[in-house]
This record gives sequence, C-alpha cells and structure tokens, in this order.
Amino acid sequence: MSLILEGVSKSVNGQPHIHATDLELLGGTMNVLLGPTSSGKTSLMRLMAGLDAPNTGKVIWDGKDVTGMRVQDRGVAMVYQQFINYPSMTVYENIASPMRLLRKSKDQIDSAVKKAAELMKLAPELLARKPLELSGGQQQRCALARALVKEAGLVLLDEPLANLDYKLREELRAEIPKIFEEAGSIFVYATTEPEEALLLGGNTATMWEGRITQFGKTPIVYRQPVNATTARVFSDPPMNFLKVRMTGGRLHFGDGQSVPASDAFTGLTEGNYLAGFRPNHLEMAKKGPSALEFATKLQVTEITGSETFIHLDHQGDSWVGLIHGVKILEIGAMMDVFLDPKHVYIFAEDGTSVAPASYATAA
Amino acid sequence: MSDLTHTSAKRGLRLPKINGSAVVMGLYLLFLLLPIYWLLIMSLKTNSEILNTFTLWPEDLTFDNYLTILTDSSWYMGYVNSMIYVVMNMVISLAVALPAAYAFSRYSFLGDKHLFFWLLTNRMAPPAVFALPFFQLYSSIGLFDTHIAVALAHALFNVPLAVWILEGFMRGVPKEIDETAYIDGYSFPRFFVQIFTPLVASGIGVTAFFLFMFSWVELLLSRTLTSVDAKPIAATMTRTVGADGIDWGVLAAAGVLTILPGALVIYFVRNYIAKGFALGRV
Repeated sequence: MSLILEGVSKSVNGQPHIHATDLELLGGTMNVLLGPTSSGKTSLMRLMAGLDAPNTGKVIWDGKDVTGMRVQDRGVAMVYQQFINYPSMTVYENIASPMRLLRKSKDQIDSAVKKAAELMKLAPELLARKPLELSGGQQQRCALARALVKEAGLVLLDEPLANLDYKLREELRAEIPKIFEEAGSIFVYATTEPEEALLLGGNTATMWEGRITQFGKTPIVYRQPVNATTARVFSDPPMNFLKVRMTGGRLHFGDGQSVPASDAFTGLTEGNYLAGFRPNHLEMAKKGPSALEFATKLQVTEITGSETFIHLDHQGDSWVGLIHGVKILEIGAMMDVFLDPKHVYIFAEDGTSVAPASYATAA
Repeated sequence: MSDLTHTSAKRGLRLPKINGSAVVMGLYLLFLLLPIYWLLIMSLKTNSEILNTFTLWPEDLTFDNYLTILTDSSWYMGYVNSMIYVVMNMVISLAVALPAAYAFSRYSFLGDKHLFFWLLTNRMAPPAVFALPFFQLYSSIGLFDTHIAVALAHALFNVPLAVWILEGFMRGVPKEIDETAYIDGYSFPRFFVQIFTPLVASGIGVTAFFLFMFSWVELLLSRTLTSVDAKPIAATMTRTVGADGIDWGVLAAAGVLTILPGALVIYFVRNYIAKGFALGRV
C-alpha cells in the first residue's frame, strides 16, 4: 500500500496553492502535515483525496495512476476540522452510511458500527440520536468512527481535534494513533501544532507557503531541520535567529563574543551565517563556562502556570524564551540571557542548514 | 392606613389604567380584519340583506351561497382548475430551481453572478408585459386554455424567486458535507436526494409557500391564457354578472373560499417563513 505524489501542483485563479511536490507515503504509517494556517495542508489533502485535481503531476495509489479518478472510486476517508456529519440521519446511520454504499451485509454493518462506536467511546444510547443533539466532541468522534468503519486505505484527518476542548483533545490525541495503527492504512494528519506532531510520532512533513520543506521521521525532522523554515515551523514558539559571522577560525556572535569552530561548527567556511536556537534553550542563568551572554530588553512576559514565556528584543531581533517556573519580571528592563553554543543550529544565509546543533546529532 | 388613603386619593384623579399596547394591537387587528370580516358576513347573508340593510352580523343566516358554489360545477371547477395549475407550477418551479440553486450556491462558473442577477430582473417586469406574447404563443402552439399553459407562464416569475430563496438556504449548508458524502461513496443524485434535500427542507417549504402565493393570487395571466377548460376561480369571480345583476352573496362566499387555502398554507409554514427572513432572503 502506498501513495505517491509526483510533481503535483495546484493553483487557483493563478495563485499557486501547492508548488510541485513529490511525496511518498507507505502503508501503516502515520504522516503528519505540519504547518501554519494557509500553508497548504488542506490543499494537499484535497489533492490526495481526489477532491481537487492537480494542475500538473500525478497521484499514484498502489502503483496505479488515480489522478483524474472520481472521489467516490478512490477508497479514501476524510475527517474535517468542522464537525461534519449528516444531520438528517441518526449517529448509527451516519457511521453505517459508507458501508451501506459498499453493499455490506446487515450483520457486517451492525458489528462494524458497534465496534467503531466503542473504539470512539460513543455510548450505545447515543447511536439513536441525531448528530446535532450531541456535544462537539461526540460529533467529531462520530465523524472519526465513520472514517474508521470504511477501512479505507488512505485516511485523511484535517485538524480533527482543532475545534475540541483541551481535555478531549488530549484524550483523543493519545487514542488516535493506537486505533489507526491497527487498521494498517496510510494516515495523513494535518495540524498547526508542533507539539501534536511530536506526540503523534510517525513521519512529519513540514509545510510552508505551499511547499513541503522537509519530510522524514518526526524526531529527525524536529532535531535536524534541513532549513531555517522547517526549524521555524517545527518549533513552538518559533525558533529564534541571530546573525553570526565566521572569521579566523572563530564563530562571532556579536558583542565581542566568539566560540572556536569546533564540534558542530567544524568545517564552516568563512562568511555570514544565521544561528538558530529554540526558546527552551535560552537560560536566565549562566550554566557553563562556554555559555554565550546576550543583553536584551524584556518586552512581554506570559505565565502559563509552570512556565514563563519571555519576549525579548535583542538589537532589533525579537526572541522568545521559555523559562521553567513562574518569574515576575519588570517589563522594559534590560536582561542578560544565556545560551549554550551546543544548542545552536547554523544555517546559511539562504536558510539551508549547514550545521545542526551538536546536541541534536549526539542523541 | 393614612398612607393608603393618601395614595387612593391621588389615584382617584387619574383615568382608569389603559393598556396602551393592547389598544394599538386591537386597532391593528380591527383595520386588518375588518375587510375579511365584512366578506365573511356578506357570504352568510342573503342578497336582499346585503343590498337593502346595514347589519353588522347576518340577521338572516344562510349557507345557500356556499351551497351554490359547492354544487355548481362552473363554480367549483374554478377552484379545481386553480389548484391544478398551482400545483403543476410548484412542481415545475421546484424541479427546475433546486438544481439551479445548487449550482449557484456551489460552483463558480462563467457569468454566474450576472446570471443570478438577471434571473431576479425577471421578477421586476409586470406580468401584464408578458400577457400578449404568451397569449399569441400559446394560441399558435395549441396550449391555450390548458393548465400547463398557466403553470408555465407562472414559472417565468416563480423560478427566479425559487432560485433566489433556495440559494440562500443552500449556501448555509457547508460544502464539506457534500465532499464527505462523495468521499463516503455517494453518487451525486443519491447525495442530493438522500442527504442534501433533507438539509434544505425548510427552505423548500418556504419556497413552496411563495410559489403557491404568487400562482394562487395571480389573475392577469391566468385569465388571459384560459377561457373555459382551465378557467381559474379568480376569473370565475369576475364574471358573475347575471341577468338579475351581481350575485353578491355567492361572490363573497367564493372570496372566503379563495382565502382559505392561502390561510391554511400560511398556518403550516409560519415557522419556516421567519427562518426565510432570517437568512436575508425573501
């Protein structure tokens, strides 16, 4: 079982939504499309489902070109961010409807519907109700059950948990990979949250402005982004950047600070680079002798309960730091922050990764 | 005690308390219902009472007027004819407008906005403008004095209205439902009948009501395009001058019977109508 996109592109009214994209998804895998809103996640999914036809390129399913094929013949299942069910049918009929169209026997339908409802924790008495009489979470579980019962080879989940409340989201997020692992289909899961991608595991394709910037195993994409865009997308809050310069065998971070070009920085040629580091690597105290020190101005603090986000201004660049514990800080004050050089990713000026941080390659 | 006398003394000077809103409502209903009441009592009076005396209610109650209408085929066939072409028109208009409204609500195609507006401009022309061409056209192709002739003529006005109302309702149904249905394997016709139509049922109800209302009260076209076989009740009513003058009582009874179907339809769809207004259409 495999889904291959070959140079697939799509533009609407002359505006490119998806640039020529190659992608290969294998059976039994969970694939996360990660990107901000309007980065092309939904557009790409619609091309995979066959709801839209690509302008160029081919969609190949199990070695067969299905590019122009009708959606009805594709054998896909899809769940939207909005809770989409058939309001005029009961929950039971909603879940059963794809099977009825496949002309399955009554017993088969009944057992499959009951099983799917149980997996999605829909109580039997809910099955007789209409979808609009259910809570939002139950409605979405009904939609998920309908996608599950079809046993489609390709299951597309377009931000299925985005409209659910926090608690339910956590619960379903843990269950979805388990449930779908058993089914053995190809799963594509779109999300805007890096955290969700990491929790779901599998593979991740990071998307930015209609392009897949990187595709691979989720931890690898997270730890070794191939370019600054991927690093920015796959980091919440986004990665911080700083212009650096390599001269005379030392990497200069400004303010007269430099580190020798050893470890990850070995082999960097002379010139300008972009240094990136994640917010959680910014420290308020000097933890080691090699730590870099930056003088910044505190703009805003956000306290989440156990952590504090600090928004800083470093010579015109805005940085975000994630500090453990609740810190009460004075807004507008100067503040020294520290960074261990082994947490620094080096990107070329055009954004391609030159040297991933040494901590990321060591693990 | 002293407090009580004080207030009652003060109140004694005032006029009895009047519920202002009740008065307004009463007057409103009076003005609104007076003509209908007058029609109703006329239909229950004899001709001599109508013409010779002024009475606020029938002194000589009679149901003869209704009996005349319900037994004389030249009268009751007027109702039957009207019903036939009204129902025909509703069926034709809905059958045409449902797919058209779906297309307008779902797809963008060349000139869709202009076409949508152009449909509406059809409503702006007075029916009288079309009476002559319709009469000549139907006469030459042998459709004159048939029910379908009137139904088709009314469709010219009703189809745009139906498309306009239905499009508003259909736009309220998320497109994702269509797509989910296709993904689940529904063919378009099956999806349309089994899933989509129930979702816009209230819209269809509102539309049917407006189609009925237009077709039922429209007089000019229906009278021009018929003579005997498909003569509508409204036309029958305008031709009741007999040898002994106008039969007022029968005419009033016919009027009451003409109002009835409309009143019934309004009663059944009253909740949907409000919804139709809420959608910014109608």
